[in-house]
Order: sequence, then C-alpha cells, then structure tokens
Amino acid sequence: MNSRRFVLTRGAALIGAASSGILLPRWAQAQTSNLRVGLMLPFTGTFAQPGIAVENGFRLALAQNGGKLGGREVEFFKVDDESNPAKGIENATRLVMRDKVDVLVGSVHSGVQMGIHKVARDTGVLNIIPNAGVHVATRAQCAPNVFRTSFTNAQPTLALGKAMVDRGHKKAVWITWNYAAGDEAFEGFEKSYTEAGGTIIKKLGLPFPNVEFQSLLTEIASYKPDAVACFFAGGGAAKFLRDYAAAGLNKTIPLYGSGFLTEGVLDAAGEAAEGVLTTLHYSDSLDIPRNKQFRLDYVKAFKAQPDVYAVQGYDAGLLLVKGANAVKGDLSNKPALYAALEGATIDSPRGKWTMSKAHNPIQDIYLRQVVNKDNKVIGIAQKAVADPATGCRMG
Amino acid sequence: MSSPKAQLEKLPRSIQAILVLGAIALAAFPLIPVTGSDFYLQMLSQMMILAIFAMSLDLLQGVTGLVSLGHAAYFGLAGYALAFLTPADTPISLWWALPASALGAGLAALVIGFFLVRTHGIYFIMVTMAFAQMVFFLFFDNKALGGSDGVYVNFRPTASVFGWSGIDLENKTTFFYFTLLLLVLVYAFLRRLLFSPFGRVLAGIRVNEHRMRAVGFGTFGYKLTAFTLAGALAGVAGFLWAAQTGYVNPELMGFHMSAHAIMMVILGGMGNFAGAIVGAFAFEYVMHFFKDLTKHWQLLMGTFIVLVVVLAPRGLLGLVQRFASPKERP
Amino acid sequence: MDFANFLIQLLNSLQYGLLLFMLAAGLTLIFGIMGVVNLAHGSFYMLGAYLAWFLVGQFDSLVLAIVLGTVIAVALGWLLEWSLFRHFYHRDHLDQVLLTFGLIYIFEEVRSILWGDDVHAVQVPEVLNWSIPLTENLSYPIYRLVMSGVCIALALGLYLLISKTRLGMKIRAGAFNREMTESLGINIRLIHGVVFALGVALAAIAGMIASPIASVYPGMGSSVLIMCFVVVVIGGIGSVRGALVAALLVGLVDTFGKVLVPQIAGMAVYMLMAAVLLYKPEGLFKQ
Repeated sequence: MNSRRFVLTRGAALIGAASSGILLPRWAQAQTSNLRVGLMLPFTGTFAQPGIAVENGFRLALAQNGGKLGGREVEFFKVDDESNPAKGIENATRLVMRDKVDVLVGSVHSGVQMGIHKVARDTGVLNIIPNAGVHVATRAQCAPNVFRTSFTNAQPTLALGKAMVDRGHKKAVWITWNYAAGDEAFEGFEKSYTEAGGTIIKKLGLPFPNVEFQSLLTEIASYKPDAVACFFAGGGAAKFLRDYAAAGLNKTIPLYGSGFLTEGVLDAAGEAAEGVLTTLHYSDSLDIPRNKQFRLDYVKAFKAQPDVYAVQGYDAGLLLVKGANAVKGDLSNKPALYAALEGATIDSPRGKWTMSKAHNPIQDIYLRQVVNKDNKVIGIAQKAVADPATGCRMG
Repeated sequence: MSSPKAQLEKLPRSIQAILVLGAIALAAFPLIPVTGSDFYLQMLSQMMILAIFAMSLDLLQGVTGLVSLGHAAYFGLAGYALAFLTPADTPISLWWALPASALGAGLAALVIGFFLVRTHGIYFIMVTMAFAQMVFFLFFDNKALGGSDGVYVNFRPTASVFGWSGIDLENKTTFFYFTLLLLVLVYAFLRRLLFSPFGRVLAGIRVNEHRMRAVGFGTFGYKLTAFTLAGALAGVAGFLWAAQTGYVNPELMGFHMSAHAIMMVILGGMGNFAGAIVGAFAFEYVMHFFKDLTKHWQLLMGTFIVLVVVLAPRGLLGLVQRFASPKERP
Repeated sequence: MDFANFLIQLLNSLQYGLLLFMLAAGLTLIFGIMGVVNLAHGSFYMLGAYLAWFLVGQFDSLVLAIVLGTVIAVALGWLLEWSLFRHFYHRDHLDQVLLTFGLIYIFEEVRSILWGDDVHAVQVPEVLNWSIPLTENLSYPIYRLVMSGVCIALALGLYLLISKTRLGMKIRAGAFNREMTESLGINIRLIHGVVFALGVALAAIAGMIASPIASVYPGMGSSVLIMCFVVVVIGGIGSVRGALVAALLVGLVDTFGKVLVPQIAGMAVYMLMAAVLLYKPEGLFKQ
C-alpha cells in the first residue's frame, strides 16, 4: 500500500472516529430546562476524602429540598481537579465553557481555587466555594458572583488567641508549614493572641510538606513556652500530634491549634491527641438538634460519618437552593440572585450563620477539646467571627 | 546502559502529510461554527503551547540524548517572568516581554546547565529533577515570589507598538492564531537546526559522546548550548501559557509537569520534533478522555503509559512509519 | 543553641538519616547493579506502610506484620522484576523513567481502591511505647532508637551480604561485567531477580518500620522519593556506603537547616547536592 493511499484511508478512519462524538465537541442540546451544576473537586490524591465529603453534603442538601433548584431539574457535571493548581484554570474552563454550567461549586485546595477564581471573575459564573480558605477570594479579589460557605484561613485562629490567654497561657510558640495556608492561619492567630495580651515568643516554620518535626520539637522544648499553637492538617497533623506526645511535650506544654489539627485524624492520632484544644467553626459532636439531625441523615444516605467538609458542602447546597428559589430558577437574574445569596441566613449543622458583605460566612467559632478520640465542644471561643475582608471593595 | 536508537529524522511522506493536514485543520478550526468553540479554542491553544514545550524537550532529549526530569523549571520561570513584569494596571508589551521571558528562562538554563551538564547518564537525570525541585521550593516557600498560592498575570500582553494597535491578544481567536504561528516557527527553526552542522554534532553526541570528543568536539559546550536553547524555547511556551491562563503557580515548575513533557515526547516519537507535537496532542487528549470516563482514570493513564513504553518504543510516529512505509526504515 | 540542645539535634539528624539510608539503599542497589531508574520506589515505601497498617489490623502484632509484609514485598518485587523490569535493563533510561512513572499512577490507584484515602496510624508496640526523658520537658521516644538500631543492623547486614558472602560476590561481579560473569556459569537472571526483590523489600521494610512514626496516608510515597534520589546522587549510584554517608549528611542538613535557616530550609538539601556535584560529579563514592 503506498503512502498516499495510506493517508487517505487512515484519514477517513480518523474522521469516522471524530464523528462518533468523541473527538468533536458536544453539540448544544436544545436549551433544556435543566439547571447545570458543576462540581470541581479533588476525587483523587491527598484531598480525595474532603472532596467526596463535600459532594455528598451538597447532594444531601439538594435531596432534602425536593431535588430541584428553583423548580428546575438538576444536571451534574464533575471534574477531578486532582488538587493540582497548574490545571485549575483548565478544569474550571472546561466546566464553564464546554459544559456551560450555571453554577460552579469548588474547590478544596487553595491553589486550585486561585485558578477557579480567575475564571469566575472573567466569566461571571456563579461560584460557591465549599472549602478553600484562601484569603484573596473574599478580600482584595472579592467578586459579586463568588460566595464562600466554609471559612477563611484566619477565621479559626482569630478565635484561638483569647481562649489561650484566658487559660493563662500568655507566652506561646507558633509552628506551621511555610506556605500560604500556614501564613494566613498565623495572621489570625497573631491578631487575636496579641490583642488579648499574649506574646508570641517564637514563630517556627518548616517547608511544606516536610513532616520531620523532631528538630523543631526540640527547639520548642528549649524555648519553654506556656503553650504551643499550630496549624497542620491531614497526615501531617496526625504525625505532629503523635510526635508531640512521644516527645513528652504534651505533659508540660499544652498544645492548641486551628481545628484542622484534629479533623479526620483522631483515629490515627489516638491517645496522643487527648486534651488538645482547637478552634473551628464546627465539631462532629456539636450538640444542637440541627447537627444531630444532619448527622443521622448523612449516615443514612452515605453510610459514613460526616465531617466539617461535608457540612460545608451541605451549606453550599442550602445556599444555592435559597438563591435558586428566590429567582425561581432563573440564575441569569443576577441582581436578585446575588441579593438573595447575600441576605441568606443558613440554618447549618454548625449553627446559624450569615453571609458577610465580602461573601464569607460570619459564624461562631467553637472551642473544642479532644476527649476519647472526639472533638468535644466545651464552649464558644468567639461568636459571630467575621473575616477582616481587607481590600474588598464590595458593600 | 542506554543504547543509541536509530531514530526517525527525515520524515517519510506519510508523516509529512499528517503534519500538513494537522496544520490545515488547526488553521481552519476557528472558522467552523461549533458550540462551545471558545472552550475548544482555548483547549487547542493549550495543546499547541504544550507542543512547543515538548519540542523544546525533544531538542534536549531526542536529539542530544539528555534526559531531563526538570525541564518544567524553565517553562515555569518564563511564566513567572511575565507575571512579575506585568504591572498592576496596564498590560505589558508583547514585543519585549516575550523575548525577555524566553531569555530569562534561557539564562536560568545556562546557569543551572553549567552545573548539570558535567554529569552523565543516570546522574544527569536525577540532578535535573533535584534542581527543578530547588527552583520549585524557591517559589513555593517565599511569599515575595508569590508563595504556594501563585501569582495572577493581571493583563494579557498587548501587541501595540508606536500607536498601531496591532493584534488583540485578548481575543481568543487571535491568540489561537498567534500560538499556531509560534508553533510553526519553532518547528521550522528546530527542523533547520536538526540538519545543520550544530544539530549533527548534537545527534553525534547522543549516539556516542566519547567518539565525538575523540574527534575533537568540545562536547560540554555543545551540550550546554543545547540545554540553554531548550530552556529558552521552553520559556516561549511558558510565556504563552501564562499569557493564556493568566495565572502561574509553582506547580508549573514541578515534577509532574516535567514528567508529562517527557511522556509527550516519548509518546509521539523522539528526535524529529514532529513526534513531540503529535505526542503533546495525543497525551492531552487521552488524559481528558480518561478523566471524563471514570474516577479511576489514574489507573487507565498509568496502564496506557506502560503499554506505550512496552509496545511502541519509537512512539506513535514510529508506529505510523512502520505501517506506512516499511521500506523507508532508516 | 546550647550544647545539650545541639546534642539532641544531632540525635535527631542521625535518626532521620538512618531511616533515609534504609530507603535509599534499595534504590541505589537497583540502580547500581541493574542500571534501572525506578521512580516507583516511593510507592514501595507507601506499600510497606499500608501493609503494616493492614496486617497489624489483622494480627495485632507489628513484628508479625513486618515479617509477613517482608515476604509479600519480596514476592511482589520478584514478580515485577520477572514480568516487567527484566525486559528493561537494556532499554534507555528514558523508557525506564516512563515505565516506572506509569507504575506510580497504577500503584496509587490500586492503593486507593484497596485501602481508601483516609489517614491511618499504626500503633507503636506497647513494649516500646515509652520515652526517655532528655531534659526537663523533652523526652525521646524509645521506638525511634529501636528504629535506628534496626536501620544500623540492616546496614551491617547489607554490607556483610555484599562484601562477605558468595551471593554478594556474584552480585558485585554481575554489576562489574555482566557478560563475563554469565560466561563463568553464574545465573545472572537469578541474581538480578534477587537484587530487585531485595531493593523492593528494603523500601517496604522502611515503610513498615517507620509507619508507627510516620502515619499512613495517600501521597506519602512522593515526598520520600525525591529525598531518596538526592541521597543516591550525593552518595554515588550503586554505592551502599555512599548512600549511608549521604543519608547522614542529608539528615544533618535537614535537621539543622530547619532550625538555623528556616527561610531556605526547603532548598537547603538541594544546595548541598549542588555543592557535592561541583566537586564530585558522580557522587561522593563513585562506584
């Protein structure tokens, strides 16, 4: 077979394959009455578990409200963002431009969120953030179409400082990873701790995702602080808790942290976490009827225990339901939609919260202590904590 | 322990035809009325940018035989250059931002290459990865350089010069054609280079470096030049990426980005630059396809990579060549 | 930093360095003897950790888990060598890189399917679950000392195996000149299988032994992989002695780097590598 014939036959085959729909773009269906929801979450990798929890929570909220949004049927489009910031824009663009979603719910990882945020600002698509705590999204780069139902990285630690000083721990060492989330958590801690009269005698940091804590634990011991405050999450948090206890530091220097220190890791941390105090906008054991009901419903639907990520996803669903109902499903009616979302009071399993002018939750932060592998709520560290929203020019 | 592979350098008619068809298809694409075409324009632009990136790696890997696990460092550095050069309130001029970014990336490649090119074989592979990690951490750990959250490119570069407004890169179609133009230019340049005396020396170094040295060539200099040039071309791709997406993040310089580039080059077929283009498109397409298909796409992707390595050691173009023109085997 | 603190930090570096050595030893063996670049090495470490968690859950004994886990790891290593890697010794490093990169994807996914994505822990065995007080508020966990001891024992064992046994002699001969060794009647294929299985087992054992300290979670493989590469490069490919020295150096730089120069601690180890390569482009103990 000569090369010309080859090219022609192969070329024909290629065109055949193309028309089978795989290579070609999806032709627009006749404008359906379905409301398209895009879920951009990590379904693989280190953040897979929070990603799945967010989706579950979101779907539960929808199911509990008739399964429709503003009277319209819902169609889901999912993208696995792999928590890879380099692909954030590409993945968000796919949902917004190819799948033409009406609302983009995502994401978990802050680096990915930066990409989503750009696409949201450029295209105007409604974006609900169910976790990523990156500050700029509701500060300097706040946007009318971006709403967050989770937290800013500074919020949990904004409530931590006073709780520590109230317990007589006035000299503290801070430790975290040297990356954006760690820096932002420190911002909240520094403000609240110094305002309450505490002194940060040393700020320690290690490169992310290094989990060799021994050398810094030795340093902490040499400073002899009243307490240690920290921000860690995931596998690293479990290791830090265990290393801290193994070094005997928990006997003489109480450990405090942003709540993520003890989220999802208490089974792994075991005894080492006993007594650790943290601040967060939720706790699994929060003893209010709304939470108890939510937890029962979640377990029934998904045969797994919900966590803070599930609650945030759930609230994202509740928020969207409110917005969609207010405009009777017509999401293009932006003024009314945004007004409804801004004015919403969410009856969340974490307690009722409202949306700030910068579109971030104003919420109570609870003080929790680990008792028997459970984050027991021992009080409200601070009521109605709002993120400073520095640089946001809305409202 | 690596054996010099007889490689596809002169492209047989069949492959030339595919390239021409591909170029025509790309050029014609924006003219076809297709719904969601904005998305596909962007997707194809991105694939073309990755093709340029892959070609730059092919120069290093396919032609000179230097396997680099850290090539993305130069890709990312150029992107960051654009991000930092672009002021907060106005766009920057394309005419000097592009050369500046590419040159910056090339300079970084020169400096880093000076350390790396003195190593050989497996060492070279591993030190390229380690140096790229160093650059990665430099940006990741330092808030002044944007930190782990990355940096926005506030405006796309403008092509206006002396009052003439020139092409509007904000327009997706214009950007698409601009990228296509650069793709063709880089390809033509590299093909020329391949058959030039310089390119022949590089190929000779790949086949047997000792012999080249024995004959009198200063191989260190040639390798370093190739390394620098590859870095600069990766910089062109990185600049385009940052201009298109408007956002840079340390992951652009990371291990995964470098590894993806290597896979694209191998998938397509090394040493002739056409393979790099084919490989980039094919790899991206396959990945999108698998991700659309299932949550366990990583399994499919991994299996796909393993199959390619085992069954098609000369890549897709190697397969095409084997079936199309068996007599033309080099 | 006072002297007591300095000594403790030295102890910390030593312990981290020894663990790194155990991980890197397997990698350098496979590189040095068979010339195979194995990016999936971190995955074997992760596999060891997950195996430890799973087996301890079944049998409630870490020792038993490690023994069983080692057997499984050896079998897996042998299987991989026989089915895949054997065909890649003569291939380009590039192909090996690609193959093992594909394997990383596969291993990650298999792990996710088999064991999920949660964070797990392996409990330190009760008998070892206590700490020695070093200062008034700092104690040192005994388990870490035991772990370092095991690493040293393994290092010694490896040294004895390679330099004092017939098997070790054959391994060294095969690395030096494969054809000659084969023509002397030695079954090189078998040797390679053994070395590969040994390399995999070392990584898995490191994962198992470290699991009570390290926590078990997705992605734990990639972070150690790069450190391993750095150690192997600094030490010299194929040199187990080099891997030991390099691992200890890296332990020192990492530990003291975080304390003394936190701003550049992330880059410090790579800068060490750059410095070494300036003077010795093939590592400290070139094979």
